[in-house]
Amino acid sequence: MQKISMRRLLAGAAVTILPAGAMAADLEVTHWWTSGGEAAAVQELARIFEEQTEHGWVDGAIAGSGSTARPIMVSRIIGGDPMGATQFNHGLQAQELVEAGLMQDLTEVAEANGWRDTINPVSLLDACTFEGRVYCAPLNIHSPQWMWTSLSAFEKAGVEPATNWEELKAAAPALREAGILPLAQGMQGWQTALLLYAMISGIGGADFYNQVFAERNEDALNSDTLKNIFAEYAIARDLASGGNLSDWNMATNRIIEGTAAAQVMGDWAQGEFALAGKSAGTDYGCHIGLGGEPVIATGGDAIYFPVNDDEAVTEAQRALAQVILSEEAQVAFNAAKGSLPVRGDIDLAEVNECTKAGLETLKAGNTIPTIDLVMSSDSRGQIEDLTAEFFGSDLSAEDAHARFVEIVQSAM
Amino acid sequence: MARSGPPIRLLQNWPAKLAATPMILTALVVFIGCSLWTVVHSFTNSRLLPRLDFVGLAQYERLWSTPRWQVSIENLAIYGILALVLTLAIGFLLAVLLDQKIRFEDGFRTIILFPYALSFIVTGVVWQWILNPDFGLQHIVRSMGFSGFTFDPLNDSGLVILALLAAGIWQGAGLTTVIMLAGLRGIDEDVWKASRVDGIPALKTYLFIILPMMKPVFATCVVLISAGIIKLYDLVVALTRGGPGIASEVPAKYVYDYMFGNQNLGQGFAASTMMLAAVLAIIIPFALFRMGRKRHV
Repeated sequence: MQKISMRRLLAGAAVTILPAGAMAADLEVTHWWTSGGEAAAVQELARIFEEQTEHGWVDGAIAGSGSTARPIMVSRIIGGDPMGATQFNHGLQAQELVEAGLMQDLTEVAEANGWRDTINPVSLLDACTFEGRVYCAPLNIHSPQWMWTSLSAFEKAGVEPATNWEELKAAAPALREAGILPLAQGMQGWQTALLLYAMISGIGGADFYNQVFAERNEDALNSDTLKNIFAEYAIARDLASGGNLSDWNMATNRIIEGTAAAQVMGDWAQGEFALAGKSAGTDYGCHIGLGGEPVIATGGDAIYFPVNDDEAVTEAQRALAQVILSEEAQVAFNAAKGSLPVRGDIDLAEVNECTKAGLETLKAGNTIPTIDLVMSSDSRGQIEDLTAEFFGSDLSAEDAHARFVEIVQSAM
Repeated sequence: MARSGPPIRLLQNWPAKLAATPMILTALVVFIGCSLWTVVHSFTNSRLLPRLDFVGLAQYERLWSTPRWQVSIENLAIYGILALVLTLAIGFLLAVLLDQKIRFEDGFRTIILFPYALSFIVTGVVWQWILNPDFGLQHIVRSMGFSGFTFDPLNDSGLVILALLAAGIWQGAGLTTVIMLAGLRGIDEDVWKASRVDGIPALKTYLFIILPMMKPVFATCVVLISAGIIKLYDLVVALTRGGPGIASEVPAKYVYDYMFGNQNLGQGFAASTMMLAAVLAIIIPFALFRMGRKRHV
């Protein structure tokens, strides 16, 4: 507490440039950035916000993953107790709240700061736009389609580090022999679903991914490609058996320790590697799309600002929106979190090879829509239930495929 | 001069009626009103926000064809039957043991009732530690020399429900014990004297004389335990989060996840309406039983 008030004093001293009459307010920001790397990134954002504006940052971290935090956020907004600002993922998660008029219109801030010219890819801004008005500030780009490998684990087993899914499968017996878990997989639904999505885009390719999720093409859904992916998915279940992991950062920790060989997880895992003092290329390897088709989904986090009847809070909300897209915040936040900045005009001088690979893929335009953009929360929940059941039981690949097709076809 | 004519019935004893109004309003609006609202909206396709766009029984059809709901119901049935029987049996047994005029009865009573003072969240976390294979029960037994010992119910879909059961009974049996003990203390000493004069062994007295006399106490316990079973949620969240896979999912968690997490209110309402129906199926026969008995007396 002491530290924050000191900071606020310093911030107060720095605001003489701001127009007089502006009211200072404390802005409660809710989010689910609670793992080590994520928490470090939030602190950076809070620091910059308090330094550049006269307003205060009240941290409203909600432990657990997004699936725990989002219900709390939504019920607070609907229940008439809105926070100052809140994290959501890009996409359909907050769309109904926007439609219901519960979110602040940021169009003026966006136009004044030229968001449309600086945000890259511009689809991120489109995801924030509803009927021509802007309702959220994109913060970072995350892509879930990565396979992280522990180089020391492969060394211990005496095999070449796998650079793709096929090599991991081939190395699995040797890894098991050396007492190393071939695949570290958290058993929560969103993680098992993430693996499935990554396999569909990595093995099937970008077009196939779009046919399955965006077009819901019948031929693609019943194709041998998808059936084959489910067979591979069953192999992944075997590779992950005996792991007994639940949280994603526990699984990442197994990679850091070298007691597991690979994990399929989003690039936010890089924050954990950085925090543990590991460096890309010498300690861990990264392979987009499980080493198959190098396409990434450009999802990520955006900050939404619930409508508020306190003028001072509204002012603080606009100020935060401006700070989020500032160059300083983009660099500091994304460097700590391991994500990519949403501004195309920022030169990230010192990025490691994994981030570089991500940026290059982004620049080359090898992108697919995130699952949030093409599937509703409801359908995603059903897929997550299915994949969680699949990993926790001996459900056959054929049955899982049939039920997956049913869910996608009934999606609204 | 006093007014003549019959008194108005509605105004008779008006202070008492006035005092009861808030409670009546609460019951009507909060309990009955909100329940009806939920039931009505379970026939709509409400997503994140409630809206009256009726789709008939579609939500119920989807609900009953969802494997996760089927697993949830199955789990609740297994947990429910076992928890009810075991809690009653253990509660009665402990009450009988406490009733033997033992020393330190107060101490034992406190120890037995103590888990009930813990929330389900704390209970869940405690049992998560006990059952954790790396530093819990398995670790202890292995470090005693039985290196082949495997006991990891939290990661075994077949055993996970038993882990829930153990934690649930550990938490709930104390209350049952105390209620049963009160029931035993309420039995007239003369009954015991009579059975002793007749030379009936203590075990037989308990089973055939005391047990039937404690029917009302049992009824209370059954209702309390059943309500706890149907609303089972926090223990699952704290202990297993429904896992591994969906092996320990329960209906209340389905309701919560669909209403908030998956932004499908209609589906959540349909599931909660099914839970309401289940509660009514227990409460109504019980209420009828109580009312029927009163009429006979």
